[in-house]
Amino acid sequence: MNVELINIHKWFGPVHANDGITLKIPSGVIQGLLGENGAGKSTLMKILSGFYQADEGEIHLDGKPVKIESPADAIRHGVGMLHQDPLDFPPMRVVDNLLIGHQGGLFPNRAEAIRAMQDLQARFGFNIDPYAYVDSLTVGERQQLEIMRLLWLGARVLILDEPTTGISANQKEKLFATLRALAEQGMTVIFVSHKLEEVEELCHRVAVLRQGKLVGETTPPYRTEELVKMMFGKVVLPEDKTHFSSSDPLLRLENLSIEDYRLQIQNVTLTLHRGEVIGLAGMEGSGQRQFLQACAGIIRPVAGEIYLGEKRLTGRPYREFLEAGITYVPAARLEEGLIPGLTLTEHFVLAEPQNGLVVNRQKAAALTAQRIADFSIKGMPASTVESLSGGNQQRALLAMLRQPLNVLLLEHPTRGLDIESAIWIWGKLKERCRQGTGIIFTSADLEEILHYSDRILVFFGGKVSQPIEATKTSVEELGQLIGGKGF
Amino acid sequence: MVKTSSRWTNLAFQLLAIILALGFTSLVMVLAKADPLEAYRNIVMGSVGSLNKFSDVLVAWVPLLLATSGLLVTYTAGLWNIGVEGQITLGAIFTTWALRVLQDSALSPALIILIGFISGALGGMLWASVVAFLKIYGGVNEIFGGLGMNFVATALTIWLIFGPWKRPGIGSMSGTEPFKEALWLPTFPGLRISPWSVVVGIVGIVVIYLLLQGTYFGLKLKAVGRNRRAAFLLGIPTTQYMWMAFLLCGLFAGLAGAVQVLGVYHRLIPSISSGYGFLGMLVAMLINYQPTWAAPVALFFAALNIGSIQLPIVMKLDSTLSGVLQGALVLSVLLMDGVRQRLMQRR
Repeated sequence: MNVELINIHKWFGPVHANDGITLKIPSGVIQGLLGENGAGKSTLMKILSGFYQADEGEIHLDGKPVKIESPADAIRHGVGMLHQDPLDFPPMRVVDNLLIGHQGGLFPNRAEAIRAMQDLQARFGFNIDPYAYVDSLTVGERQQLEIMRLLWLGARVLILDEPTTGISANQKEKLFATLRALAEQGMTVIFVSHKLEEVEELCHRVAVLRQGKLVGETTPPYRTEELVKMMFGKVVLPEDKTHFSSSDPLLRLENLSIEDYRLQIQNVTLTLHRGEVIGLAGMEGSGQRQFLQACAGIIRPVAGEIYLGEKRLTGRPYREFLEAGITYVPAARLEEGLIPGLTLTEHFVLAEPQNGLVVNRQKAAALTAQRIADFSIKGMPASTVESLSGGNQQRALLAMLRQPLNVLLLEHPTRGLDIESAIWIWGKLKERCRQGTGIIFTSADLEEILHYSDRILVFFGGKVSQPIEATKTSVEELGQLIGGKGF
Repeated sequence: MVKTSSRWTNLAFQLLAIILALGFTSLVMVLAKADPLEAYRNIVMGSVGSLNKFSDVLVAWVPLLLATSGLLVTYTAGLWNIGVEGQITLGAIFTTWALRVLQDSALSPALIILIGFISGALGGMLWASVVAFLKIYGGVNEIFGGLGMNFVATALTIWLIFGPWKRPGIGSMSGTEPFKEALWLPTFPGLRISPWSVVVGIVGIVVIYLLLQGTYFGLKLKAVGRNRRAAFLLGIPTTQYMWMAFLLCGLFAGLAGAVQVLGVYHRLIPSISSGYGFLGMLVAMLINYQPTWAAPVALFFAALNIGSIQLPIVMKLDSTLSGVLQGALVLSVLLMDGVRQRLMQRR
């Protein structure tokens, strides 16, 4: 389907999120949409998919002007969007999630849905149990489910907003192959990303947004420097590798075994040293999350021991882990990390140790002003967290961490962030390492893991590799391990 | 700049909501072949037309304000404590019980009344703790738990009035034997309102205001209400906070029941809660769960209740008309708020 966006304007209060954007996308093309966080990519795509209405401008599909009033309207027109945060129904089964929004009949046809799902799963190489509950899936699997749902609903324009953030390198390859196949069949694919490499690899054409405006369009061969310059208005330099690892043991795991109903992690022995960064690589759902949560005291290991220095923490309540200076930062920012409805100030007050019974408003205001400045958060002290952009939510989450900390357990700390923000956040994290904090983090980005880790653990279906020195491995080797070779 | 303009639109929408509610209620009256203006005039005169009338409004205001205060705590914690009615009833039962046990003792009446208040608070907390237990350990939604406990409380009241606590001779719907006058809360001369119950009501809402607006407890409770998982990960003991919310609400509801016994009816009657629990939920919704406006809005609702008592006598209209107006008001305010948000979103 030919998609034409003509002179689209959108304001949010004083913010001009889309400023006269005109973009034509012919069918059979994978169109990349590049831009840093807050450039207006998501807004533009939400207008195309009916979540927002443009204040000015027109949308033409196959040459005909259309008015898209709602997401349901959009899917009737054949436009489906895969959102950055999965929009599904966590307490329901996978198959019922598929059936929701599906037209037809009084009685849902589960058998048909499952057949369709198995077909799609085979095409993508996904592996989701149709009867599993969605809240038991990882963020990555939930994105996969959403892709299948949109295809099944008859989407002919597929918008993917940062789709690769949740899935492994392997799954990414499968996804890219499928997207190419879909484009060949005349489907229009819009790929929203801030990852240059992926856009360069996949897209037939690229449009770059900056501060709400379309600043340029290019076709292959791409010149990376040119794209970066368009995105940021300047050239971003990658920073040097810095390492603060010591031989001073901090967190010790002895024969730790963790079980949940899907997988078993057995006999992990590991010592995290002061200032060290350990990266956890692996496909989404291979046990990294459970491992981090066990280290944080949120889930109890079935066997083995956890020590912080000489203090035995095995089986102790979560609060004692917190008091010992062990903190877990979840990936689902608005679901687990932050509290929608509460302001930045309220978050910072909650994150600090309680001091007396009454909140000291002056101190809270000073603290908030300081944190907002230190972490360059674009938001007011009285802004509610859900009104912030994803990148600023992540900054807020990091700004809430107490000082000092012993162990920092981060789940996808830079997911969904642009390069500049990611570099900035790692600068802050490395600063912690310099002060002696040990970090364990997960990421779907192998480059990130290689660049920032001292040692790496690879997870595969609950199996955990021996620690690998980051200097002695490569993306290729890690990629093979993630795929299960060598286990 | 953005803030002030939205404040004015807020106000405009709220005015529109009030007009809508009045319009709807007037329509109901026109359908019932009554003159709306006459009815409104009667309500106003019936509530503030004389000192006596206004003191009656305060009599209704205190338990309503106490129930609202308690509900603000559970709402903040994200809990729909619909069981507040039963908690008021149990407060009244416990107060009656304490007075029955102590009325012939040598204790001073003031002390007996004080024990009556404390017993009422304990009764409300006991009933709330059943709902809390079902919710926290049994996974029973507090709405269903509360609803169930409300029925049990009503049945318990009836059983007591017609059974163990029946009046000498024969039990009747008029309730248990009234207590001797020494055990009544002292009132202003010639009026039905006691300064002591007004003090309890005002202290109650001030405590809740300070607790929710300024303290760590209030902030943490809000965090638990908005996102229990994130609150837990931040180190807030969420289970404890849910318990405290239920118990605090039960305490306030129990005090409302105690006021009904000690200051109003001086005995246990079948519908001792007078619906103040449910009315308190409406008040809480109308003030968007913020304690600032609790006292004036509760006063307004109490005035509507008392003012409409006139209607059956003067106009042969049922006094439940005040309920129609109250309900219409809350619904139209919620509706207008929704409309406003929708319009803002579009823009």
